[in-house]
Amino acid sequence: MKTLKVSVVTPDGPVLEDQFEMVSCRAQSGELGILPGHIPLVAPLEIGDVRLRNGNDTNHLAVSGGFLEVRPDKVTILAQTAEKPVDIDVQRANEAKERAERRLQSHQDDIDFKRAELALKRAMNRLNVARD
Amino acid sequence: MKNLASLRDIKHRIDSTASTQHITKAMQMVSASKMNKAEQNAKEFVPYSEKMQEVVTQIANHTNADHPMLVKRDVKKTGYLIITADRGLAGAYNANVLRALTQTIQKRHKSADEYTIIAIGRMGYEFCKKSDMPIAKSILGMPDQPSFADVKKLASGAVAMFANEEIDELIMFYSHYVSAISQEVTEKTLLPITDVAGSTASGSQYEYEPSEEEILEVILPQYAESMVYGALLDAKASEHAARMTAMQSATDNAEQLIDDLTLSYNRARQAGITQEITEIIGGVAALE
Repeated sequence: MKTLKVSVVTPDGPVLEDQFEMVSCRAQSGELGILPGHIPLVAPLEIGDVRLRNGNDTNHLAVSGGFLEVRPDKVTILAQTAEKPVDIDVQRANEAKERAERRLQSHQDDIDFKRAELALKRAMNRLNVARD
Repeated sequence: MKNLASLRDIKHRIDSTASTQHITKAMQMVSASKMNKAEQNAKEFVPYSEKMQEVVTQIANHTNADHPMLVKRDVKKTGYLIITADRGLAGAYNANVLRALTQTIQKRHKSADEYTIIAIGRMGYEFCKKSDMPIAKSILGMPDQPSFADVKKLASGAVAMFANEEIDELIMFYSHYVSAISQEVTEKTLLPITDVAGSTASGSQYEYEPSEEEILEVILPQYAESMVYGALLDAKASEHAARMTAMQSATDNAEQLIDDLTLSYNRARQAGITQEITEIIGGVAALE
């Protein structure tokens, strides 16, 4: 099976660099699956779970604020945060989730709302990925 | 009698200088290790920033899309983002940045309505407050090894100020780390983004999903935020380097002071002995 090189880079340093058979993730325009030999592509990613498949193994990453750059033999994910399930602090994510929910219910002004919504999304994403 | 008192004084000064020297030496060593770590952090950031730069350059050069962040507009208000340390004892590190800022402001602006300050670091914040400069945002107590999350909120806030046209350009002042013994104050225009044109080494054309404009919408703010983080890492490395050099010279000065004091201590002691002998001989001579 052909593979492609995947590197995940954040401002705090590289998170992962390895060969995988397939990358799937949710871009802003919809679900995206990438196999070796894909045409060059750039797409922004949603806050979500990036799945990296090798045979029957699937690696998960919780990614936020990122985008994806694809070349035929190489995929680069640039993200503001990217965490492997083992690195996720579940307790902190839980607290963040509760905080965001409380803020969403308090109905304050518009900007606060957006920020809380994003925070909630990030927390839920972390929890989802950590659970898998 | 006078001699004895001054002997004790000198001894006291030697001891206190020596204990100061212990402290400066310890601070020097701490700063040296922090500097190494900061240098490493700055290195880890390089792959991200290079890749980011590459993609932004690619897109910016291949589209006709006019994103507001790429376009120069009439400047009514300038934002200055300054990065300083939270503490002193770092030689001229803080003073250099603040001097460059003051000079620039005096040269370019007539009134305080024409600019606003975004401050990272207590020294810069307090300086601006004392000089009655308007401060829009600030972060105090930045950790020695900052992570992206520490600066994210301020960076996106600053970018939002530009997007909302509260400011029409954003300029950073920080100390660039050249080497362990040399740092220089750098002025860098962050927004509008002007320096992306240029290197297009890898000429591969991309497919954009959903569209170039929308990708610019997402990527440019991220690019600007990451530049702020990059500058912060750079500034932290030079802060630790400046502090290390300052403490190094303090330690050296203490060493020299101790040498000088030891010399005068020995001289005073010898003078005391000589005087005693003279007195004894004088006494013996008087008895004969």
